[in-house]
Amino acid sequence: MTESQDPSTDVVAANDAPAEPGEVISRHEGMFGVSGTGDTSGFGGLVRNVELPGASTPPFGGWMDDVANALATAAREAGIESCVEKVVVHRGEITFFIRREDLLPVVKLLRDDEQLRFELCSGVSGVHYPDDAGRELHAIYHLLSMTHNRRIRLEVTAPDADPHIPSVCATYPTADWHEREAFDFFGIVFDGHPALTRIQMPDDWPGHPQRKDYPLGGIPVEYKGGTVPPPDQRRSYN
Amino acid sequence: MSETTADPYAATEAETTQGKVYTVTGQDWDSIVTGIAEDHDDKIVVNMGPQHPSTHGVLRLILELEGETVTEARCGIGYLHTGIEKNMEFRSWTQGVTFCTRMDYLSPFFNEASYVLGVERLLDIEDDIPEKAQVMRVLLMELNRISSHLVCIATGGMEIGALTVMTIGFRERELVLDLFELITGLRMNHAFIRPGGVAQDMPAGALDEIRDFVALMKKRLPEYADLCNANPIFKARLVDVGHLDLAGCLALGLTGPPLRATGYPWDLRKSEPYSGYEDYDFEVQTWDTADAYGRFRIRLNEMWESLKIVEQAVERLAGLEGAPVMVGDKKIAWPSQLAIGSDGMGNSLDHIKHIMGESMEGLIHHFKLVTEGFRVPAGQAYVPVESPRGELGAHVVSDGGTKPFRVHFRDPSFTNLQATSVMSEGGMVADVIVAIASIDPVMGGVDR
Repeated sequence: MTESQDPSTDVVAANDAPAEPGEVISRHEGMFGVSGTGDTSGFGGLVRNVELPGASTPPFGGWMDDVANALATAAREAGIESCVEKVVVHRGEITFFIRREDLLPVVKLLRDDEQLRFELCSGVSGVHYPDDAGRELHAIYHLLSMTHNRRIRLEVTAPDADPHIPSVCATYPTADWHEREAFDFFGIVFDGHPALTRIQMPDDWPGHPQRKDYPLGGIPVEYKGGTVPPPDQRRSYN
Repeated sequence: MSETTADPYAATEAETTQGKVYTVTGQDWDSIVTGIAEDHDDKIVVNMGPQHPSTHGVLRLILELEGETVTEARCGIGYLHTGIEKNMEFRSWTQGVTFCTRMDYLSPFFNEASYVLGVERLLDIEDDIPEKAQVMRVLLMELNRISSHLVCIATGGMEIGALTVMTIGFRERELVLDLFELITGLRMNHAFIRPGGVAQDMPAGALDEIRDFVALMKKRLPEYADLCNANPIFKARLVDVGHLDLAGCLALGLTGPPLRATGYPWDLRKSEPYSGYEDYDFEVQTWDTADAYGRFRIRLNEMWESLKIVEQAVERLAGLEGAPVMVGDKKIAWPSQLAIGSDGMGNSLDHIKHIMGESMEGLIHHFKLVTEGFRVPAGQAYVPVESPRGELGAHVVSDGGTKPFRVHFRDPSFTNLQATSVMSEGGMVADVIVAIASIDPVMGGVDR
């Protein structure tokens, strides 16, 4: 239980740009799976909002403004000025939320523009937010500019009902296996990928195992007369 | 066994719609040779692995051959997938270390460090980590870099028939594992670097052991150079094999020794220092041949640089006797230190006495922290470290709970292995093995 720390005493947070209130994406109620009259502890009445860091407003501080401005300029010239949905600066890292229809021109700009030069894509990581309606699936790209020694993150969302995100393989060939992995584990379909097949799981595996609605699996273990349920069925703090 | 029992491992051949399929198990290649001679077919597809002594773990290679030339090489991975990332979502933040240390089993401390650094950034305690914990992390990571490079050189040597390199490589690695056992209690799977610091202080006498090790390594490392550097057979196998230039490395996302073998001095310890690497004196090693030989020489040189860092870390630790190794915030720091009890490892008796006999609040606190853990503010972080194989980064996502919402590891073996096709196609089939060995993939990290 970390208390939210005082930003004025905190080096990293002091550098962070002023943030708008966080974005509440889901709400957890109760704890330990007890409720009603059986809940003698009162834990069942607990409520916790899942609040992700909110959008930041410029200035972001230091080189982040250079990147944001250079991207805005390049995007305007390319006719996609509304490509950035929002920018989140948190803990000294900057995340650009990119509209998925603009992802391909944006990564090309990021790689090739003189001021940006993000030569290396460190990977693609999927995240599943089941309660974030209409934006359940997120694909997150970590980009590195070796020329300027800067790191940024791109985040693209897709609804569960239409899990399509364009593939960045043409710009960053290294994304090949990373996108296959995100497809394998989250079911995100990367349109335009040269061979989007499963990579870790067997080819005929049903489902996408790292989605939140996919159970962990496991069996109860008996020990000295007691039974320990599998990890995803144990009483837990939430 | 009666003589009529069929040998289940015998060579077989069968006709399929896609051509003739042979199953060979060693020493029975004649069946293929005669079979192909009959069909006059010079293009064959060889399925190599996943259980093959020279594919560097459970890696499956699908090679299309024309004679001895590889026309197409593809990797099949996933044979060691254990769902570590998914499992971590069901354990507390501290328990997560126990899982991720098992991914790339040759560099456990780097797995732990990349995850822990991400958690610490989200907790916003990066500046509160005690100096001694930082120095111990650096010490362990550099010892680990030596042991990992030793295994790379040893297994790489074995795969091309240089068995002496293999035996001496594992001999030296054993010394590093002994040091790990002394410091952390375990040879592998340490779970020693924890959010907030490290699990335990240095044991008595460890610094002297490390000094002895460094002195011994300085005598033994030249043996590798003597055996390999100018060895004509070794060079004939490695020079100009697995060539990949800088543009290819960046396009395919290769980092670590393959990238530095193109002459580009990219090392995260210098470019984005973490754990206080900016305070150590060492050089980034490069080579300019962009081939397997260059990668070998870089690894050899990096072991010398790691020894330099280890020496500096030992000197700093000598002046930090009794300093804390865990963050001061009692809401995060693991409540007790381990001690060797009569039954092996256990909680320190002083701590047990405190919570069981002196302080009810101490007991409650211990219970809450161990069962519930701590909450990490919502957000995401990505802190890469320079592992022996390249950029290893953990993308850590929290929803504000006591368990990770999602942890994804960008493993350098996974990414670098994509270069197999580019490095091997057009070359000889024997060079595929050398090219892959020069990438040094560890399947535990590739498949996670």
